[in-house]
Amino acid sequence: MNKRLSWFNVTSLSLGFAFLYLPMLILIFYSFNESKLVTVWAGFSTKWYVELMHDQPFLDAAWVTLKVAVSSSTLATVLGTMAAITLVRMGRFPGRTLFSGMIYAPLVMPDVITGLSLLLLFIAIGLDRGIFTIMLAHTTFSMCYVSVVVSSRLLTFDRSLEEASMDLGASGFTTFRLVTLPIILPAVISGWLLAFTLSLDDLVIASFTTGPSSTTLPIKIFSAVRLGVSPEINALSTLMITVVAVGVVSASLVSKRAILKQRREEQEGERV
Amino acid sequence: MAQVKPQIVFDPWNDPEAKPLIECRSITKRFGDFTAIDNINLNIYEKEFFALLGPSGCGKTTLMRMLAGFETPTEGKITIDGQDVAQVPPNKRAVNMMFQSYALFPHLSVWENIAFGLKREHAPKDRIEERVAEMLRLTRLEKFARRKPHQISGGQRQRVALARSLAKAPKLLLLDEPLGALDKKLRQDTQFELMDIQERTGTTFVIVTHDQEEAMTVASRVAVMDAGEIMQIATPADIYEQPNSVYVADFIGDVNIIEGNASPMAGGPEGAINIAYAEGQDPVQAVATTPVAEGEKVFYAIRPEKITVSHQPDPDRANHAFGKIIDIAYLGNISTYRVQLASGKLISATMTNSRRLTRRAFTWEDEVWLSWTRTAGVVLTK
Repeated sequence: MNKRLSWFNVTSLSLGFAFLYLPMLILIFYSFNESKLVTVWAGFSTKWYVELMHDQPFLDAAWVTLKVAVSSSTLATVLGTMAAITLVRMGRFPGRTLFSGMIYAPLVMPDVITGLSLLLLFIAIGLDRGIFTIMLAHTTFSMCYVSVVVSSRLLTFDRSLEEASMDLGASGFTTFRLVTLPIILPAVISGWLLAFTLSLDDLVIASFTTGPSSTTLPIKIFSAVRLGVSPEINALSTLMITVVAVGVVSASLVSKRAILKQRREEQEGERV
Repeated sequence: MAQVKPQIVFDPWNDPEAKPLIECRSITKRFGDFTAIDNINLNIYEKEFFALLGPSGCGKTTLMRMLAGFETPTEGKITIDGQDVAQVPPNKRAVNMMFQSYALFPHLSVWENIAFGLKREHAPKDRIEERVAEMLRLTRLEKFARRKPHQISGGQRQRVALARSLAKAPKLLLLDEPLGALDKKLRQDTQFELMDIQERTGTTFVIVTHDQEEAMTVASRVAVMDAGEIMQIATPADIYEQPNSVYVADFIGDVNIIEGNASPMAGGPEGAINIAYAEGQDPVQAVATTPVAEGEKVFYAIRPEKITVSHQPDPDRANHAFGKIIDIAYLGNISTYRVQLASGKLISATMTNSRRLTRRAFTWEDEVWLSWTRTAGVVLTK
């Protein structure tokens, strides 16, 4: 097999990367711009980062976003895992098909509709809109992602492990705590990370369910950009890209090392 | 351990005074329209090594899962040690199970796997240490205590599963195809190991298997199952020598089934009958253990090793048949000859290869006599 890249491969690879990353590179590049004008290069500077650190509204928005993301992804992970266990483990109870269909519906539901219906609900029950309602809304739409990830792990889970635990005297809850949860934990964690990032960058649902006192970062950026793109926003976006990139790269490194470790241990096992 | 064992016959099932450890009374289990277990009655006694033997789908695993508590009978009653267990969940039964897949907890070490059950009953720490060490010694796993299940071989995993299920010293240990995943040589070694451990711990074992050799090797009694019913419960020797039906005879080992019509032999010993099975052939002389009516259709089951092959009919044996060798299966220690009689009927006969192969007395196409005694086979009516 010819291992060398042909001109066709090189072209398609560079085109693909250009489409994916050129916009971000330009954004990062201009975040170090001295000039106040976004598209005119006037020399290297980190002043916009310093300015960002003193911009209280942006910092508040970042704090709100973080609080919403952590609480909603945690709640979504608990609920999504419970739903997944019910769907995979309980067999054919009446209404199972309906239930599983409804769990996965938010996956394909347009954000606008989810946001609008939640807004109507909150008005109907007289719930004041704010950080709490955003958190509820994010839990609603990210729960199904957790459920998908966890149930795919549960499907390949050897049922007899749970039976063995029961057989050895563990109650249903102890079995879940000591056997089921440790084994499905990687899936639960990736479900949490998925819910966290979904919450972090959601604009549409958050703007439907937010109140005057609580502005998330995406809402803040979006409204700021409407008044013109400032280099400060470039700096903020660069920071967000960095955080996400570090997260993704370290997550993949961790899982790769786990796989390598397991493979090594298995080889040792065969040599015994 | 050169220890002289007292010669006591272990047969509590023949003792009307003995109280069974497990009693199954008219157990039926249905899944929807499908009847997995059909009205089974079964007694299993303490210290027995009891085998449930049958083809896949015969209900043997379902029966075992009912003993463990993972299934509840649709009808009937199961008592363990005199207690009705209908309302007792699996985690409250003094019964442990060794799973076919071993079901070792992958995130726990060998030591923690074995200690799992003991920790659930909140045994004191030093008691757990002591018991786990004992189990590791019993299964020769001391060196592997800190390993994870994926770091040990298949045979070692099997022993961990056994140690884990024995750790709580259950009254009853259920083994679901425990040796299915091992290769043949390891399986044979492990069978003897299992018997040894069963004897040393004095635990009652119930094993589920589809491997008749395995059941015959390890069990004190075997229940042969088919389609949710128990066909016969007996010791391995009785199952082999005295099957009660064509199904059992055919399921255990090799057998020739000769179908014919019976007629009592005039002036013969008690139960002696002639079985006419083909025109122009001498009838088979046999002894029926149950009364057989004149002209009743019977099946005569005879094992290949009970038939001798010779150039001349053996005058010491009552039954003779003349035929031609059409096939020889050479297995090293024995050879099985397939002999076609004049009627076209094929009969298998096994002979020990006491002579070297080059000096074998018979070869393909040879015309030979088959001889067997009056009591060599059994007369079956179903």
